[in-house]
Amino acid sequence: MQVRLQLMVVLSAITVLGSCSREDRILRQPPSASNTLNTVQISGLNPGANLIPTPPSSNMYQESAYSVSEGQKLFEAYNCVGCHAHGGGGIGPPLMDSNWIYGSEPGNIFATIMQGRPNGMPSFRNRIPEYQAWEIAAYVRSMAGLLPKGVSPNRTDEMNIKPAESSTPKQTPTGITGVPEQPK
Amino acid sequence: MTAALSLVASHVLAQAKVLDPGRHHVLHPAAPQAGHIEWLYWFIFWILFAVFVLMIAAFAGAGAKARVVASGPLPIVEKDEEADHRAGWAVGSAMAITVATLFVVLVLSVVTGKRVEGLTSKNPVTIQVTGHQWWWEVSYPNSQADQTVTTANEIHVPVGSPIVILTNSKDVIHSFWAPNVTGKRDLLPGYSSAFWFEIDQPGIYHGQCAEFCGLQHAHMGFSIIAESVDEFQAWQQQQLKNAAEPSTSEAIRGREVFLTHACLMCHTIRGTDAGSRFGPDLTHVASRNMIASETLPNTAGALAGWIVDPQRIKPGTQMSPNPLSPDDLQAVVAYLQALH
Repeated sequence: MQVRLQLMVVLSAITVLGSCSREDRILRQPPSASNTLNTVQISGLNPGANLIPTPPSSNMYQESAYSVSEGQKLFEAYNCVGCHAHGGGGIGPPLMDSNWIYGSEPGNIFATIMQGRPNGMPSFRNRIPEYQAWEIAAYVRSMAGLLPKGVSPNRTDEMNIKPAESSTPKQTPTGITGVPEQPK
Repeated sequence: MTAALSLVASHVLAQAKVLDPGRHHVLHPAAPQAGHIEWLYWFIFWILFAVFVLMIAAFAGAGAKARVVASGPLPIVEKDEEADHRAGWAVGSAMAITVATLFVVLVLSVVTGKRVEGLTSKNPVTIQVTGHQWWWEVSYPNSQADQTVTTANEIHVPVGSPIVILTNSKDVIHSFWAPNVTGKRDLLPGYSSAFWFEIDQPGIYHGQCAEFCGLQHAHMGFSIIAESVDEFQAWQQQQLKNAAEPSTSEAIRGREVFLTHACLMCHTIRGTDAGSRFGPDLTHVASRNMIASETLPNTAGALAGWIVDPQRIKPGTQMSPNPLSPDDLQAVVAYLQALH
């Protein structure tokens, strides 16, 4: 009985402490990789490895609730909602479903934001800092349930009939799927 | 006791206007509203002071009368009907005085609240103040859209005219507090409310967000610049104009940098393609005394530091760092400094 109680205390302490890092605020952003994307890429074919941009440190924006909520704020501030609404789409494609035309990996979404895409998606390169594009990419993934529940925003400031990102069921991505090959 | 004495001393000094009046002080009212509040403050202060003195006197008197029993059993005291009766009267009348005093304070609080609220003019200057994390959006609404002035953090008002402030907030609850002018007013997101004041003496009065609103709550200041009606109208006419065309080649380059970098994603400069409403309107940024919500003086160095690394100056602020090349940075600072 005593042992079980101690075990429960230790386990709950680990659970509680383990969830702290999700709230870490990344206020000093790492320097952005220079010229990550300097050319417009229209073709899906690449010479050599199929490289896509990677976040500065592996998944740091995907694992931080602060970054994802910043992404949510920027999604509105930079008028992504103008075409994609709050994920349901309109002029632009919906982002909360399973269909990803240009890939669902953070790097794919980052490239889409930075390069722009045919038929209306503008290029935000040089207009927004790279870390903000990574934050927006993380938020976009949360809309399709691709982020852990603990990281996704659980409330919005808008009148919104869709459930919060944290309770969106995971949509298995279709289209370009799988993790692209990364440099060794 | 020392603490109480020093408190009294500081109040007496403030009363005697020995201290610098300052531009951020409840006891130096520049508006009738703050005057009413100050009057209530001193009324309550002197009541409490009298209570304090009486309490200490009673305590000292009781101490002086007390007999000290060194050792042995406590003396047996005979029941004294007369003394009990007197004590009953003393306690009863003290309670009656306390209740009556509290009732007077309550009534005066309500009366002061009414005097602060009541609008005496039907033709006020109307100003919309919207709280943001962590700055104040200030606009002077007009039924003609091109006659609406929008600025940030510095509220110009004419002396001697009633001012109505309409409040709202974009994100969380903020509170508008300029102690020389009037009491605190909360800015609630999605809920518009209004209050009014009128300033008697020209001057610059400092204000501060008074409701904790996040990391940079302490750096969310504003100022109220009270000036004569003529000066106010001249300022308003100047603010209505579109941004000045840059005249030097450096400033022209600065405008180009502004319009091709992250700046235009959040800021408006009327007369250019920059039209986002997420950050402060910079159309006449050079006409302001301070930047970053009263955090830095509006100088070339402070502007450059703020543009390059605002997260060092106000960690958590919505403004992103802008790693511009030195030439681009100088140019954009030159452009902003020309926006009078």
